[in-house]
Amino acid sequence: MTMQILDPTNEKVPIRRELSDRPDVISGHVALLDISKRQGDVFIDRLEAVLSERLPGVEFRRYRKDTFARPAPEDLRRRIAEDCGFVIEALAD
Amino acid sequence: MTTGTSLPEFRLFDASGSEHLFPTGRPTVLCFAKHDCPTCELSMPLLLRMHEAFGDSVDVWAVSQDAEGEPTLIEEFGTSMPVLDDSSLAVSWNYGIETVPTIILTDGRGEELGRWWGFARDDWRGLVGRLESLTDLEPPAVDWDTYPEARPGCGSRSLEPGLYERLSADSAESPLRARRVDVADGDDVMEFLFDKGLTDGLPVVPPTPERVLRMLSGTQRHAQDVVAMVPPNLATVTVEKIAINAVMAGCRPEYLPVVIASIEAVCTDDFNIHGVMATTMGAAPVVVVNGPIRQRLGINMGLGCLGQGTRSNATIGRALRLVLRNVGGAKPGGTERSTFGSPSKFTLAFAEWEERSPWVPLHVERGFEPEDSVVTVYALSGGPSLVVDHRSRTAESLATSIALVVRGIQDPRAQARGDVLVVVSPEHVDTLHRDGWTKNDLREAIQGATSIGLRHPDLATPKVPELDYIHLVVAGGEAGKYTAIFEGWVRDVGSVPTSRKIED
Repeated sequence: MTMQILDPTNEKVPIRRELSDRPDVISGHVALLDISKRQGDVFIDRLEAVLSERLPGVEFRRYRKDTFARPAPEDLRRRIAEDCGFVIEALAD
Repeated sequence: MTTGTSLPEFRLFDASGSEHLFPTGRPTVLCFAKHDCPTCELSMPLLLRMHEAFGDSVDVWAVSQDAEGEPTLIEEFGTSMPVLDDSSLAVSWNYGIETVPTIILTDGRGEELGRWWGFARDDWRGLVGRLESLTDLEPPAVDWDTYPEARPGCGSRSLEPGLYERLSADSAESPLRARRVDVADGDDVMEFLFDKGLTDGLPVVPPTPERVLRMLSGTQRHAQDVVAMVPPNLATVTVEKIAINAVMAGCRPEYLPVVIASIEAVCTDDFNIHGVMATTMGAAPVVVVNGPIRQRLGINMGLGCLGQGTRSNATIGRALRLVLRNVGGAKPGGTERSTFGSPSKFTLAFAEWEERSPWVPLHVERGFEPEDSVVTVYALSGGPSLVVDHRSRTAESLATSIALVVRGIQDPRAQARGDVLVVVSPEHVDTLHRDGWTKNDLREAIQGATSIGLRHPDLATPKVPELDYIHLVVAGGEAGKYTAIFEGWVRDVGSVPTSRKIED
């Protein structure tokens, strides 16, 4: 259930979850995260092939969760955050 | 029975999903009921008889307060009479229902013609008579002798703890005006508060409208009263905003007046909280409480009073800091530039043990009446430095020990520029009192014993610039020959200790 709280600040700025800024250009390293759901790798293989053609200057790095049933472990999240500027998480079945 | 004015409109649904709008344009009987109330059970068959007899001209509705009980009410009575779902209790709240059953008779425009509580046989007979005269219809044949003369009702669900606060917070009369923030499904509210930078680094109690409303019950001041302008943003802080942060800090409602007085005290030109927060010296606002409110709130003035473990001590000081952070915008790395910070910046509030002290209490020294409850705030950048003196048997000897620790604070070779708060333990004050020493005797001894010319003998000056910069209170556990020295920040260009009376 949505919980409601009262704003403890002077209300000059909004309090809400905000998405990170989205860059205009995709560059550097892009993480492809396989959550280990069945056939996720098939989907990510195809995605990598298509995106590599479209974004020749970008390096794709593959990551994999041990199980789709749990959130990504902290170590994996930290490694992705350190290594990559973008992440594509693939859900397949 | 009472009569009132125009009742608010409402829209409720019955179990079949049919909408019922009030007022209806016809005379109406509303019976607020809940299933597990024996007096409601006694009344419902009579209500059904009213519906059967007068239903052609009068709307007779049962208004059910509980969703769980409603199927039973519907099963027993709902096939012929509308049983409306008010399990949200919005209508019960708006109509001021305190007891069930409550029966309200209105005219077709929603004007209240009569209201009855519980069960009274004569009231029901009177209601039948009223409906008869309103409609010219034949009254139902009721064997009134089979009914008891009177039965008390049950409490309305809208007054149950928890529900009452929720309904108050959501009602049109709610004193709450702060922006409401929705924390989404699946989001952890504690993590949300951390992520939005609204805590001091420790978890806070989520300030739900219900909790804030309960907090506001701790003061007689109006929720929208402006208490101060809080630096560094010079943001207006209302009683409500203080209450929100007091909830987050973990305060009980009765602590709120102490927090309000503390905010008033620090947001003065004299105290200069902007400078206190900004200084690299790491000053923290420290609250000392005097007067009768100490006992009422259980503020610790004895064993462990400067430490953890007492809710009032811990949360009053923390609420003050959260207001400065959240409303004023004082955050480390922003306008807070302390080199080291200080554990006192989380919270530090305690009370003087006036009853254990032979001396005039702090607040009386500062011009208040003994029966006044008062906060005094200090900008303290260090301490407590402990004077551990188990050997002195005379006041003079003990004063020398205290003075030498005072001499050592900050740069031992330089004069301090600020105040010094000396917290004397019961055992130490006994030593001083045995020789008849007053607070001023101790102050003068400190000044005398610290007048050392460390750079040149001819340049001897006391450590503390003025006699009245030395503040003395008695507190702490019965066992222990210790005195705790807190070093103030800077007086002349900085902060002046400030007191405020605590008002309910």
